[in-house]
Amino acid sequence: MSLFDDKVKKQLQEALKPMVNNVNLALFTQTLECNTCRDTHLFLGEISELSDKLTLTVWNFQTDKDKAEQYGVDKIPAIVVLDSENRDHGIKFYGLPGGYEINSFIRIILEMSGLKEQLPDDLMKRIQGIKKDIHIQVFISLTCPYCPDAVSTAHRLALESEHIKADMVESSTFVPLAIKFNVSSVPKTVINGTQEFVGTNPLGKVLDFIEKV
Amino acid sequence: MEFNLSLSAVATDHRAVPMDKNKVYDVIIAGGGPAAMTAAVYCMRKGVAAGFVTVDIGGQVGETSGIENYLGFNYIEGSQLVEKFAGQMKQFEIGLSEGYAVTEIKDGREKEVVLENGDRYRAKSIILATGNRWRKLNVPGETELTGRGVAYCAICDAPLFAGKKVAVVGGGNTGIESAIDLAKIAEKVTVIQILDRLTADKVLIDAMQQFNNMEVLLLHEVKEIQGDKTVHAVVVKDTVSGGEKSLDVQGIFISIGLMPNTDMVKGVVELNGFGEIVVDCSCKTSAPGIFAAGDVTSVPYKQIIIAAGEGAKAALSACDYILKE
Ligand SMILES: Cc1cc2nc3c(=O)[nH]c(=O)nc-3n(C[C@H](O)[C@H](O)[C@H](O)COP(=O)(O)OP(=O)(O)OC[C@H]3O[C@@H](n4cnc5c(N)ncnc54)[C@H](O)[C@@H]3O)c2cc1C
Repeated sequence: MSLFDDKVKKQLQEALKPMVNNVNLALFTQTLECNTCRDTHLFLGEISELSDKLTLTVWNFQTDKDKAEQYGVDKIPAIVVLDSENRDHGIKFYGLPGGYEINSFIRIILEMSGLKEQLPDDLMKRIQGIKKDIHIQVFISLTCPYCPDAVSTAHRLALESEHIKADMVESSTFVPLAIKFNVSSVPKTVINGTQEFVGTNPLGKVLDFIEKV
Repeated sequence: MEFNLSLSAVATDHRAVPMDKNKVYDVIIAGGGPAAMTAAVYCMRKGVAAGFVTVDIGGQVGETSGIENYLGFNYIEGSQLVEKFAGQMKQFEIGLSEGYAVTEIKDGREKEVVLENGDRYRAKSIILATGNRWRKLNVPGETELTGRGVAYCAICDAPLFAGKKVAVVGGGNTGIESAIDLAKIAEKVTVIQILDRLTADKVLIDAMQQFNNMEVLLLHEVKEIQGDKTVHAVVVKDTVSGGEKSLDVQGIFISIGLMPNTDMVKGVVELNGFGEIVVDCSCKTSAPGIFAAGDVTSVPYKQIIIAAGEGAKAALSACDYILKE
């Protein structure tokens, strides 16, 4: 049985059409003791069929330890979004980006492919000014209509800066992590484990938080 | 599994520019919901110099799942409608500041808009379209524990309360919808209603009956929310007997309606008893050159299509004002 019905399939196909360059999706998974890995694998299998510019690489979290280490993957299921040269920009989805989160997933695929909205010069300057290593975690739920905005903003920052990494974390898939950061409203953004905010903020305001780290 | 795709395309043709401190705008629009965005499109098409200052783009529409009463769409996701509105607005070279609230409006022949980060922008006229926000209980613990168990968006946050005990404050449509969403996964849901009955539509009240993990406390009010890192308990008072008791819950969803965002214009324009900006039928406020539109105004019926229509009207009135000045 497939995850996408015909209507969703068509919509996704249409949404992926403007892709410029190839994008490679790397999945980290395993067969046992991972409830959502199978569905995530199915999801990526189906989505990568919908554009000839999308490819899928599957790694086993246990046997391909060196790869997991290379990409900094510490839990599964994990999706790492790589560019056409298979370069890593620190952009990950931990958990299946279904529900509303499909929007942030498609958005970063398009942006990674080279189709992106120009950022104003002042913001680009601030992003280039970041020299510390920054790790953004955005906790979401799949039923939250505005969570994709928070995820997309974090991912865009990661795409523009080699010092920034950004993860989407699906809160019900990674319960202990969500509890660790007291996540009880989403989207909740945690930066380097110290700065945090609940809700969506435009890119400039997220930079305010990053600059405080 | 559901996939709520709404992304139409990544817009690469946006022409909006950052706000300019040295410029005197013809009109500055405060807010980012349907009223403000419609006003922006009307102003830009009229060829006046417009600026747009808002906390976010989308307003309440961005928090709405499905919309079935905005003409032209049988059904559309809130986020999808926001993209369409925003795309249409950003095709113009409009001044844009996103992320910071307007905290003060200075009236005069030349008006000034002050933002929370200290930025100031000048204009000949202003359109206020700052909409509504969730009404707060104003009880101890609420502000401190927001995002730590105190929540306002049940569809967003319900999954985080799987197997937990939660309270929902408010017996209207939003409250009961929230309670139903939560009852599907929470261990127990207690609805706290200050009135002697629920005011939600009958279909919703009927839908509640299928859950045996729901309890309704009528004629009760919340006195305090307790917790440290997260919510532990809610103290409620029986408004008849006066007796208080503590409910052991890990979350509390507050659905007691909305209130207008008018803090920045208190004393500048006339407000009514609900704190809404009083406008006439052409969206004029009590201050010449200051117009208002949408949920923030005294206009009855808070709906997207109404806010959008009012936004158009406010823009045309403002353009008229600029011409005559
Ligand atoms: C859950 C929910 C479901 C709904 N469903 C429907 C529906 O199905 N159909 C329908 O027609 N209506 C619906 N509504 C009502 C509808 O969303 C509102 O009537 C409409 O959004 C009002 O538009 P607005 O532009 O006046 O204000 P809002 O949408 O409230 O927008 C206000 C804007 O102002 C900004 N702002 C606030 N304060 C400041 C400040 N100090 N400085 C700068 N900017 C500020 C905000 O960030 C926001 O962008 C729903 C509302 C909710 C909450």
